[in-house]
Amino acid sequence: MNEFFKHLRYVLTENPVTLVAGTLFMMFVILAVFGPLIVPYDPLASNASRTLQPPSWDHWFGTDQLGRDVFSRVLVATRLDLAIAVSAVAISFVLGSVLGSLAGFFGGWTDKLVGRLTDTIMAFPLFVLAMGIVAAMGNTVENIVYATAIINLPFYARVARTEVNVRRNADFVLAARLAGNSSIRLLATHIYPNTLPPMMVQVSLNMGWAILNAAGLSFIGLGVRPPTAEWGIMVAEGAGYIVSGEWWLALFPGAALMLAVFCFNLLGDGLRDLIDPRRRT
Amino acid sequence: MNGSTKIRIIAGRLMQALPSVFGIIVVTFLLTRALPGDPAVYFAGPAADEKSIQQVRESLGLDKSLPEQFLIYLGDLVQGDLGVSVSTGFPVAEELWRRLPASLELTLLALIFSISVAIPLGIAAATRPNTWVDQVCRLIVTAGVSLPVFFTGLFMVYIFYYILGVAPSPLGRLDIIYLSPPPVTNFYTIDALIAGDFELFFAALAQLALPAITLGTFTLAPLARMTRGAMLQVLSSDFIRTARASGLRRSTVLYTYAFRNALLPILTTLGMVFSFMLGSNVLVEKVFAWPGIGSFAIEALIVSDYVAVQGFVLAMAILYVLLNLTIDILYTLIDPRVGLDS
Repeated sequence: MNEFFKHLRYVLTENPVTLVAGTLFMMFVILAVFGPLIVPYDPLASNASRTLQPPSWDHWFGTDQLGRDVFSRVLVATRLDLAIAVSAVAISFVLGSVLGSLAGFFGGWTDKLVGRLTDTIMAFPLFVLAMGIVAAMGNTVENIVYATAIINLPFYARVARTEVNVRRNADFVLAARLAGNSSIRLLATHIYPNTLPPMMVQVSLNMGWAILNAAGLSFIGLGVRPPTAEWGIMVAEGAGYIVSGEWWLALFPGAALMLAVFCFNLLGDGLRDLIDPRRRT
Repeated sequence: MNGSTKIRIIAGRLMQALPSVFGIIVVTFLLTRALPGDPAVYFAGPAADEKSIQQVRESLGLDKSLPEQFLIYLGDLVQGDLGVSVSTGFPVAEELWRRLPASLELTLLALIFSISVAIPLGIAAATRPNTWVDQVCRLIVTAGVSLPVFFTGLFMVYIFYYILGVAPSPLGRLDIIYLSPPPVTNFYTIDALIAGDFELFFAALAQLALPAITLGTFTLAPLARMTRGAMLQVLSSDFIRTARASGLRRSTVLYTYAFRNALLPILTTLGMVFSFMLGSNVLVEKVFAWPGIGSFAIEALIVSDYVAVQGFVLAMAILYVLLNLTIDILYTLIDPRVGLDS
């Protein structure tokens, strides 16, 4: 355990940007868990006497057209936004790594089939495909999660396939095979754990993109319904007030969204540098 | 190497696109059939009784087996029939076709903006690695992909329209005081030039500027990143060292020798850039009330006009395949090495 913390400290002090991203990440996690407990106002409580107030000491981020406190709403939205992105990425991680590993390990028609599937998904502009999926399956939050998972699937399947494929005939795998392990066992306990580091980098880089996609879908009116607090829909609701100068309605949820995506992208870059210093760009 | 090899390669690329087109059609077909509930009830409308639902089911071929339905769907597509939009009452193909020029004009201008900023930026960063230029490039690149495109758009509107007052109101392709130019290409800027009306040209361009910059900013990142990476790789290769050692001018080495070689990997990333662009196009069109196919799809989504949405998805996917195909063909044409080793 002591070794682990030493390594973690080395990683964080090596690149200050990663440290910043790591801190931001912790902040988002804390907000997602405790957000609803620490907000100063009820995020859904409207107050007709205090509509469209600019940011002030009482309302740090101002109030919206119904007099709801924007600060509270932005904080509370963290949980929903992260939950959508995390569950979508988790689904595509699990499905993608299973499909990709099978394709990389067995080759042949399994590989062809998985390859065809990922190619077909990639043949669409991905955000447009997500729109189509949500439109067809029904306009709910779960379907936003499934749609985001589907459009992210190819990235995981491809990484897993490559990583499994290069190790398929590595010496340690051959040795394990000689020792009498079955194919599935070889794949699951000897090869697959080795693909995890590059897959983790993919997860981190992908998370930001998943958040952007989910927020984009709710911005055009899919999935999350008002009055639920969610960053994308809050920007959409604030959009109409921009032209009359009420900027705080859209700015703060948008900035939170941007910060979350930025944090995951930086974290992904940092992780990648750590795992593969050659691909540093 | 001769011309016929290249033609063979291009023909091969065209053949390779067929499976993706087929895949796209299968997926959109499945999406139209995956509607929640009974599609016949949906198409018959809310006032339908049992008998008219049955009629609709038969007329749409929904009582047939899935493979048969797929063949009917294919037949319709070959005739350019994407179904009729429930919300507007017009054929979906006609609606999309009418709005396509607005979207294309916006996307192309965004692409021009993005290329003309990203490539110089990438080259500047690659020639001065680990200096402040490189750091700035890195920052712009990371910030560029992190900014939600609808958010950047809104704040461009706030700054340039509300505070500075230099941009026209973000509502559509032309200010209401102007009449649209006589349609030739349906690209307002080009049509205005054809008509020789410069005032109209600048009005249309002013209307385009903010949405195009918004859309372009989002795609800046992958392009700049790729330019930098490709340039760095080429600049460290032996033939550049030889060229430098021979005393060639810096600009000759950089542009004639290095950039030409870096162009190929840059061109291949354009495919990914288009995927981003066609997707974000929808969001940008909503922010700027741009009357393109993205806005059409959003309006259709709001009123649950599924036929229109699926037609839009199919059209965008086909457009994307065509764009990728064009890039592949361009690549084959400009790369002198293609076909040499086969």
